[in-house]
Amino acid sequence: MSESVEQPELEAPPGEVTAELAEDMQIATGTREPILESAGVSMVFGGLRALNEVTFSLKEGEIIGLIGPNGAGKTTFFNCLTGLYTPTSGSVTLRGAPMPQDPARVTEAGVARTFQNIRLFPSMTATENVLVGRHVRMKQGPVSSLLHGPRFRRSEAEAHDRAEKLLAFVGLTRFADELARNLPYGDQRRLEIARALATDPSVLLLDEPTAGMNAQETEATRQLIFAIRDLGVSVVVIEHDTKFIFTLCDRVLVLVQGELLVEGSPDEVRGDPRVVEAYLGAPPDEVEAQIHAGEES
Amino acid sequence: MSIFLSQIANGLMFGSLIALIAIGYTMVYGIITLINFAHGEIFMVGAYGGLATLTYWVPTAVVARWYFALPIALVAGALVSMLVAVAMERFAYRPLRNAPRLAPLITALGVSVALQEAVRVFYPGATAAIPFPPLFIQGAFVIPIGDGVVIRYTGILLIVVSLGLAFGLERFVERTRLGRAMRATSQDRDTARLMGIDPDRVIVLTFAIGGALAGVAGVLYGSYLNNINIDMGFQNGIFAFTAAVLGGIGNIRGAVVGGLVIGLVRALGGQYLPGGTAYDYVWIFVVLIIVLVFRPQGFFGESERVRA
Repeated sequence: MSESVEQPELEAPPGEVTAELAEDMQIATGTREPILESAGVSMVFGGLRALNEVTFSLKEGEIIGLIGPNGAGKTTFFNCLTGLYTPTSGSVTLRGAPMPQDPARVTEAGVARTFQNIRLFPSMTATENVLVGRHVRMKQGPVSSLLHGPRFRRSEAEAHDRAEKLLAFVGLTRFADELARNLPYGDQRRLEIARALATDPSVLLLDEPTAGMNAQETEATRQLIFAIRDLGVSVVVIEHDTKFIFTLCDRVLVLVQGELLVEGSPDEVRGDPRVVEAYLGAPPDEVEAQIHAGEES
Repeated sequence: MSIFLSQIANGLMFGSLIALIAIGYTMVYGIITLINFAHGEIFMVGAYGGLATLTYWVPTAVVARWYFALPIALVAGALVSMLVAVAMERFAYRPLRNAPRLAPLITALGVSVALQEAVRVFYPGATAAIPFPPLFIQGAFVIPIGDGVVIRYTGILLIVVSLGLAFGLERFVERTRLGRAMRATSQDRDTARLMGIDPDRVIVLTFAIGGALAGVAGVLYGSYLNNINIDMGFQNGIFAFTAAVLGGIGNIRGAVVGGLVIGLVRALGGQYLPGGTAYDYVWIFVVLIIVLVFRPQGFFGESERVRA
């Protein structure tokens, strides 16, 4: 366990940090064009149809929520979007171009993600984790690296500057030189987000970003995701916490047994009887209670 | 007193040579968890590569001046070892990337024998030891302590070059984009791939760096002992492998410290312990066993990572 004594900072990232970062990253184009689209994506494992003809489209500057019972295919869908899986049929396009089928090239193309189970580099510091995220955007030849030439030094300085801003953005400045494995759990999730943002993504996919967090941390994460949207990054979030999703997202997609069941604004989805019927397979009133819990805030 | 200091000096010289080889073992293990038993042979091939370049491709007038001959031999030795190491990764280990761990290990032993025999068969006169030019200021200077401690210049060269390269490598791994990519790959290859790092390129880079350092070590070894033979890779490879384990395998600083410890144990054990130099392997392995009993992860190694 970590020995951190400080309380986590739970405020939203300061506005000036966001503004500065947005200027550095230069992601937003100001249009509201679709940026990430899937058309009829199916994924079959042996006899199991994990995804069936999923079609969706993410517009620039949008936050989309992806909900559904366990085993509905949410993470499978993320894996198809990021090139970890090649869909059995259907296509994924980023700004109209086909998505590369190699995770490394997907990152380069501008799609970043975090994981349900945290996958930081445990024996590297927080700063170094973010610097690794910067890998695809850095240009250092092997020769320049060995000789510490001017190009090397410029690129290192730029990367460190960005890492510093990103850590400030997610509120982890005080842990900059701490090994990732020593960070408190919630902060590890934030660090993973900072590392993903370091790749200058135009689309960020978050797989259960609030799993295992308390109410305060969840609220801080919501503010953080709004701030990420303000950077110009379009976001897709997988989450079980329906209250979180309904108060965060512009649009919500409900995935049930690999099929896109309902798509619409939080209000539309919340009121849809099919969602109530299918979601979690629990008795209807119980689910309704859970869904309506989101309306209070 | 002067004998003791002389042995310390000898130990540091030999130790820094072993350290340079041990870095190759430890880096490869760090990235792909393979004990590359052919690494000693990479060291041997570097010495022969450096010697061949001086003997067959460089005019004797140039070889006669050490300040020309030394850099030529070092670069040639490094290049030959690097090429052999990269080819070995590409053709022997990469096809076995997803095979059970025993397969690449046995392959490594096979590559080791193959390289040794290839040099024996194809290098003219390699069936016996071959003289190696000193490549540096000959002779020695004396530090006036007691009866005088004799320090050979080639020994100084050995220490300066070895520790200089080790220091440079440490900086490279800690502070550059490619160095961070190497560390990320060694900690979690799949996640590194998702960060846009190509693990194959990182693995090739690792073999190339380890090979180049071993090649430099081979040439320095030749210039220090003034002759080379095809068994040098096996003998010193065992020392270097032990150094890597002693320091904590996967850790570069550990390999350097492990190498120096082994050099000192060998020199002092050969001088003061019963049996003398004939038993140097025994003393080194005794130290290894003692360290592993009390600190199984080695000096700098991390204890088994607890999964979150």
